Amino acid sequence: MNVLTDNFSTFGDGFLGTVELTVYASVLALVLGFLMASFRVAPVGSLRVFGTVWVTVLRNTPLTLLFFAVLLGLPRFGLVLPFKVFAVLALGCYTSAFICEALRAGINTVPRGQGEAARSLGMSFGQSLGLVVLPQAFRSVIPPVGSALIALAKNSAIAGAFSVTELLGTYRTLSELGYNIVWTFVWIAVGYLIITLAISALFNALERKWGVAR
Amino acid sequence: MAVDPLIELRDVNKYYGELHVLQDINLTVGKGEVVVVIGPSGSGKSTLCRTINRLETIESGTIELDGQPLPEEGKALAKLRAEVGMVFQSFNLFAHKTVLQNVSLAQVKVRKRKREDADKRSLELLDRVGLAAQAPKFPAQLSGGQQQRVAIARALAMEPKALLFDEPTSALDPEMINEVLEVMRQLAHDGMTMVVVTHEMGFARSAANRVVFMADGRIIEDRTPEEFFTNPRTDRAKDFLSKILKH
Repeated sequence: MNVLTDNFSTFGDGFLGTVELTVYASVLALVLGFLMASFRVAPVGSLRVFGTVWVTVLRNTPLTLLFFAVLLGLPRFGLVLPFKVFAVLALGCYTSAFICEALRAGINTVPRGQGEAARSLGMSFGQSLGLVVLPQAFRSVIPPVGSALIALAKNSAIAGAFSVTELLGTYRTLSELGYNIVWTFVWIAVGYLIITLAISALFNALERKWGVAR
Repeated sequence: MAVDPLIELRDVNKYYGELHVLQDINLTVGKGEVVVVIGPSGSGKSTLCRTINRLETIESGTIELDGQPLPEEGKALAKLRAEVGMVFQSFNLFAHKTVLQNVSLAQVKVRKRKREDADKRSLELLDRVGLAAQAPKFPAQLSGGQQQRVAIARALAMEPKALLFDEPTSALDPEMINEVLEVMRQLAHDGMTMVVVTHEMGFARSAANRVVFMADGRIIEDRTPEEFFTNPRTDRAKDFLSKILKH
């Protein structure tokens, strides 16, 4: 039981590490997912192809493999960044594929006629997507986007294997110090629960505010 | 008729896979003219209407608007679409915007008018279609007939050179059809150029300058309503009229 109180700063560092990874990677995933979803419904063929390849490659690559590719691969091309940034890149790009598909499903729930009406009024593709289609798609994608971000929070544990400070990785330090492994994991699980339940609560609030169908 | 051509389709062909939905369509609509397109379902009349602002692409032929060929994509196409209003069968009002916002949105974003000016004009137009009192409501709170009249106001707000109507009354309850047709009659009377795909023969008789009869992707007759309804030339048109005018 005293594993938590004795090592509060170790747990705290890990917890903050996971929170940081989750927040930065979420922002990246949302931005890229939004961009890729726009590409995938764009009237320009080459953008559609790019979006499709992006999703297919990232969604079908095991995340651990992607971490290896980013952390070991990119430095070979002269791109040397802190491991934490690499981890955010890998997590963010990976999750963006899922966000993109959730957004695209949402776009498909908006009746075709909405976009047609916007275009027939002379709106550009970007305007009709941004002003008419996405605001309506947004309502129906709140739950699946929430799920994708919760998965991201848990997936961030993989970064620990690449010596990035995060919550799961704290068990190694603590077990070396001889603490009971079961209690260590219980407290780690509580840490993850705090993060994932916070994301759940945020998305529940968003859904209450925006997701109600009239 | 010696009229200034506003919409000109020449040798237009369109396919859906194997299906040849528009076959060598030639049609000229003059400024201020009201052309009603009728025909059995599947004859290509809605498709014809939608090609005019390129919601449907075509495989061959040319479509000109006010002497300008229809651009294929991008800004030029958007600009041209702003000049041609469209009213849909299913209204297609923006579901997440109020009635007023529906009418103002494109004025602000496409015509770059100030919000207040746009709203002022929107209210005038809503008043013209008898719906100024509904301005703060959402589309789902209106009846079908009211929604369609808002859609007409939204199209008019862009000050288009022409209006396209794609079966504007087909999704309405019988008692609401007239309120929409009345607005359309008024527009025709005011000199708006209109292409109307409809099954409302009464409207075709009373408001159209020309009736275009389509079947199987072709224009079969193109005449004044008087001539067409009293003395159709082709068997196909006779057959169609006998079916719809019987009851």
